[in-house]
Amino acid sequence: MSTEARAEHFPAADWDGGVFPYRVGHRKLGMWLFIVSDSLTFSALLIGYSYLRASNVWPTPFPFYPSIVFSSVMTFCLLSSSLTMVFAVSASSRGDRARARKWIWGTIFFGLAFLVLHLIEWNHLYSEGLRPFSLPAEWVARYAAPNGPLPSPLFGATFFTITGLHMFHVFTGAIYLSVVAARIGKLKHEDVEISGLYWHFVDLVWMFVFPLIYIMSVDVGAH
Amino acid sequence: MTGHTEEHEHFAGSNKLFTSIWIWLVLLTLVEIVLAYRPMAIHFMLTILLGLSIIKAALIVAYFMHLKFERLSLILTIVPMLVICICLLFVFFPDSFRSHALRYEFKETPPQPAMESH
Repeated sequence: MSTEARAEHFPAADWDGGVFPYRVGHRKLGMWLFIVSDSLTFSALLIGYSYLRASNVWPTPFPFYPSIVFSSVMTFCLLSSSLTMVFAVSASSRGDRARARKWIWGTIFFGLAFLVLHLIEWNHLYSEGLRPFSLPAEWVARYAAPNGPLPSPLFGATFFTITGLHMFHVFTGAIYLSVVAARIGKLKHEDVEISGLYWHFVDLVWMFVFPLIYIMSVDVGAH
Repeated sequence: MTGHTEEHEHFAGSNKLFTSIWIWLVLLTLVEIVLAYRPMAIHFMLTILLGLSIIKAALIVAYFMHLKFERLSLILTIVPMLVICICLLFVFFPDSFRSHALRYEFKETPPQPAMESH
């Protein structure tokens, strides 16, 4: 009986050393721990953003087109990339590396589509005059409270920081996946699965960024 | 390793299951977009949006990231500590209501904001 099979029978043996208490390899455990710490980074940023938003006059300037249409299509791209990635891991688990490689390229395609759409969306806002520490003049005039304070100039800082850090994760994820796709013949199944964990995490973060940054800042014409 | 070779790792969940999870995720996203255009109190909307986000995150973690099929000890090591740490990050949040109350109110006519962009 192998060590692992024995550990299945006698759970107490988990703590005697020489076995995998979590039944995952150390690399996969490492990726999970990285994901936990990265989740805290994004949580801190999103909570900091919410703090600023709750204590200031905050503009809600995103029009249906381009902002919401673009961000919705971007969400669709990321969700689809997660689906193709899970297909890749599934193919890899069956030993079908050629198919796994194709699905990973599909994942990278959706990731790059996300990046391109996001950069176009950034460019829209930049050309409207949004900067990290100042708002476009029309926004200032429109959202200033009557007899009250002006809208916070930190809108751009929070927007560009949070979406920028997420974009950086998508970018590094695309590089990571292309390395995995190129070297898939030499890698173990678990290595493919670990790259999948990272990619799904990037998708997961967007599930919070999209509603908090985009949906909560929709221009409904109330002002 | 016993029983199975490196070529056939166990990976629970069929492609059909994953596709149905994806359809759920897309549907919940559509609900969020529709909600954006419903008139409602901001706190109410935030609560619904965060609830939907947590459901979506849970679906991704459980099925796509496969945590549902991992050993309970791994789940218990990762999830509770993350939830507790995120809750702790909210410790300073009530201060935002204080700063909100401290906002300057103009007694007379407000100054006109500069119209030239930077």
